[in-house]
Amino acid sequence: MKIKRINALMKKELIRVIREPANLFMVLIFPLILTLSFGVAFGALGSGGDIQYRVGIVDDDASDWSKWFQSNITKTRVLSIVGYEDQNSAYKDLQTGGVSAVLVIPESFSASIEGFLADPGSSSWQRSTLELALDQGSMIVGSVVPQFIQQALTLTIYGEASLSQPSPVVIGKPTLVNSLKLTQFDYLVPGVFSFGAIFISLIVAQVLTEERNTGILARISTTPTTASEIFTSMICANLVTGVVQVLIILGSSILMGFRPQTGLTGIIVAMVATLLLVVVNVGFGLIVASISKTSSSATGIGFIFILPQMFLGSFVPAPESVSRLAPTFYVTETLKNLFLRGAEAGSIAVQFNILILVLYALTVASLGVYIFNRLGKK
Amino acid sequence: MLYIDTKDADSVETGKAIEIKRLVKRFGDIVAVDGLSLDIYRGEVFGLLGPNGAGKTTIINILAGLVKPTKGSASVGGLDVDKQIGKIREIIGVCPQQSAYYKYLTGRENIGMYGELHSMDAELIKSRTQHLVEKIGLTESIDRKTDGYSGGMVRRINLAMALIHDPPFVFLDEPTAAMDPQSRRATWDFIRDFKERDKTVILTTHYIEEAEELADRVGIIDHGKLIALNTPKALIEENGGGNLEDVFIKLTGRRIREEI
Repeated sequence: MKIKRINALMKKELIRVIREPANLFMVLIFPLILTLSFGVAFGALGSGGDIQYRVGIVDDDASDWSKWFQSNITKTRVLSIVGYEDQNSAYKDLQTGGVSAVLVIPESFSASIEGFLADPGSSSWQRSTLELALDQGSMIVGSVVPQFIQQALTLTIYGEASLSQPSPVVIGKPTLVNSLKLTQFDYLVPGVFSFGAIFISLIVAQVLTEERNTGILARISTTPTTASEIFTSMICANLVTGVVQVLIILGSSILMGFRPQTGLTGIIVAMVATLLLVVVNVGFGLIVASISKTSSSATGIGFIFILPQMFLGSFVPAPESVSRLAPTFYVTETLKNLFLRGAEAGSIAVQFNILILVLYALTVASLGVYIFNRLGKK
Repeated sequence: MLYIDTKDADSVETGKAIEIKRLVKRFGDIVAVDGLSLDIYRGEVFGLLGPNGAGKTTIINILAGLVKPTKGSASVGGLDVDKQIGKIREIIGVCPQQSAYYKYLTGRENIGMYGELHSMDAELIKSRTQHLVEKIGLTESIDRKTDGYSGGMVRRINLAMALIHDPPFVFLDEPTAAMDPQSRRATWDFIRDFKERDKTVILTTHYIEEAEELADRVGIIDHGKLIALNTPKALIEENGGGNLEDVFIKLTGRRIREEI
C-alpha cells in the first residue's frame, strides 16, 4: 500500500464532504442541529430544565426508608411524585396520561436496606425489586425516568458515599449516577454521538454505488491503485469526518450546558469508541453498496442498518437484551460510563465495551470488504 | 523528468508493444471477443474500428485488467495481463468511453488526483498538469468545479486524466464521442503528438474519418472478430477504393454508424 495513493483518495473524499451540500448536512450539520435542539428542549439552558415528569408512587412499605427514597426522588427536580393507595388507580392514571411512570415500592423495601446495611458482607439480607412502569409513548420518559429513580435510590441507600458497592434493591440493570445536577439533556448526549456516526453508512453506500455506476471505480482500477488502498482511504477519510463530528457534538453539547464527568483521557476514549462505530458503519456501507443498483436504492437499503442502530442503541430506550445486538449500544454505554457516571477510562466496563466494538468493527469491515469485492464491483 | 522513457516498457527485440493471442471473452451466451489475435507495434497508433457492441471496449478492458479473458492471452510491453497487471497499470493510461470524473473537484484537482495515484511528486504533477491543460485548451476553466463543464470539456479533462503520468501505452476508448468539432480537432492534434513521441496508442472509434486521419493501421472488428487489418490506405485499395466506410460496408454489408 502506498500512502500517497491513500492520501489522494482520502483528500477527494474529504473535499466531497465539504463541497456536496447533502453530505455536509448529513454528516456534520445534522448532528449539530440535533445536539442544539436537544439542548434547548431538554437542557438546563433551555425551558426544558423546568420540565418535570410525574411519577405515581404506590408505597407498600410505608417506612421511613421509603419516605426518604421518595424525598430523594423529588430532589432530582426533574421528577415529581403523586401518591396512590393502590396499583390499579396508579396504572389507570398512567394509561390516561395523568402520570408518566408508576413506581411500586414493595413491603420488603426497608427490611432489605436495613439488612444490607447491617451486614453488607453476608448473604442474609433479602433483595427487593422496585416495579417501574413507564409511558410507552414517550421515549424521553423511557430514557430519563429510570436513571433519575436509580439516582434517588443510590442516594437513599448510600447517601453521598461510594457508588461502587452492590445494591440490595434494583430496578433492572443498576445505573450509577452521582450528580444531582444532571439534566435530561445530559442523559441524551451519549446517544447523540452514536446517532451521528450511523449515517456514515449511508454516505459510504451512496458514494460507492455512484462511483461504480459512473465508471469512476473502474477507472481508478486502471491505475496502480489496489482495492485495499481504496478501502483504507475510505476508512481513513471517514475517521477524519468522525473526529470532526465528535468535536462538533462535544463542543455544541458543552455549549448547551453538558458537563462530561471525565477528563481528556476519557474524552479520547469516547472518541475512540465513536470512531470504532464509524468503522462498523463503513462496513455496513460497503455491504449496502454491494447489493444496491443505484444511489437511491442504496439510500433505501441503507436504512436496514441505520434504523436498528438508531432505535436500539442511541438515546431511544429499548430492552437492553435486544439493544446489545446493536453496535451503537456499546458506544452509548461507554459514553454514559465516562460522561455521566465518571467511570475511569481504564475501568473494566469501559474496556469491555471497547473490546466489543473492536470485534464488531473488525468483523463488519472485513465482511463489507469481502462482499464488496465479490458483488459490489459489478 | 517530464516524460517517461518508453524503451523501458516494451518488447524492444520484437518491436511488438502489445500482443493478443486467440483472445476470447464471453458474457454468458454473448461472445464479445471471438478468438482475436493481434500484434500492435511500438510507436504505432492502432485504430480499432467497429460499430457499438463489436467488442472494442472489451478488448481495452482486458488489456487494462478490468475484465478477465475467457480464453487466450494478452501482453502489454511484454507484461502478461493475467499475471502482471499491477505493473501494466503503471505504464498505461486509459481514457474510458464513459467520462468518469469527480464533479465536485475542479479540473485541476481531477487531473492531479490521478497523478498522485501514479505516485508522481507534487512538482511534476503541477508541471504536467499545466502542460496538458494548455494542450487541451482548458486554461481558463481548469480551476472551476467540473460540474459546470460542457460535454466537450469533460471529454478533454478525461483525456488529460489518462495522460498525467505520460504513459508509454495509451488506450483511448471513443475519445472524441460527443465532442464538438473544435474539441475533436484539438484531440486529434493531441493524438498526433503521441505518435511523434513514440507512444503506442490503441484508439477505438466508430468515426471513419478519425481512423483514416490518425491510425497507422486499422483493425475492423465486427461481432468480436477481426475481419480486416492493414493501413487505412491499403485497406481501401484492397477493397476497391473509396474510403474506410466503403470498406466496412463491403466487409459487413452495413454502415458502421447505423447501429449507434
